[in-house]
Amino acid sequence: MNLAQILFYAMAFIAVASALYVAATKNLVRGIFMFFVTLFALAGLYVLALADFVAVTQIVIYVGGILVLILFAFMLSGRETLNSLGEQKDKLISSGKIPGLVLAVLFFAAMVAMILRVDADNLGWIKQAVTADNVIKPTDNSINNIGINLMTTYLLPFEAISILLMMALIGAAHISRKEPDA
Amino acid sequence: MISLNDFLVVGAALFCIGLYMLLTKRNAIQLLIGIELMLNAGILNLVAFGKFDKINNSGQIFALFAIVLAAATTAVALAIILTVYRKYKTIDPGRVNSLKD
Repeated sequence: MNLAQILFYAMAFIAVASALYVAATKNLVRGIFMFFVTLFALAGLYVLALADFVAVTQIVIYVGGILVLILFAFMLSGRETLNSLGEQKDKLISSGKIPGLVLAVLFFAAMVAMILRVDADNLGWIKQAVTADNVIKPTDNSINNIGINLMTTYLLPFEAISILLMMALIGAAHISRKEPDA
Repeated sequence: MISLNDFLVVGAALFCIGLYMLLTKRNAIQLLIGIELMLNAGILNLVAFGKFDKINNSGQIFALFAIVLAAATTAVALAIILTVYRKYKTIDPGRVNSLKD
């Protein structure tokens, strides 16, 4: 067991444990800040999957942007949010949550069974990639390649996503505008 | 090396935690966090498989696209949450039960 594997298991444990805390906690603010930890641990997992550029983007966009937006949503929606939280039962698992819990656990069991059955390391195309030496190695510098591919092979999805992002932002600005008194 | 199965199991766990939040929480912000967790599980899978495509980088590039999509989702969801809060004074989706009027 080398260092990368130890780091992987540590990051995976932090990610899953903090996500469980986010799901279980009653305190919404604590949950949001714990979600920071989940996202940082996920960025660490991306680094271990040799995708450093995605990891940095994750930190910049998720931690810098999305979480601040979520905090804004929390603070602007005010005291009622906390009141509706207080109405929830104090028990860890109240009866209303059992169906959701059962469904999530069963879904997880089904997915794990499927993953073990598929055995992703021995898939055909992955073996082909390994024999053709098409695998990213820890010493490679893949960011140049990502930039070139983004502007050549994936130019159409890139443009589509930029238009979608612009539409979403205009739509968000339009929705949140104060309506004039009709 | 870290095996792909480990990444997939971690992704499945995160996805199911997000699913649980989506099914049981009664607060739009927590639902949003659940959706973000599910999106992150998907991105983790894309990145893990993207390691085996050095030439085209398809996994990593679509992971970037998914991150941008998550940002767009959050912006729109924030706007909707604020509008719903202004109109209903609550962000419990169970109590938002009418359309415009």
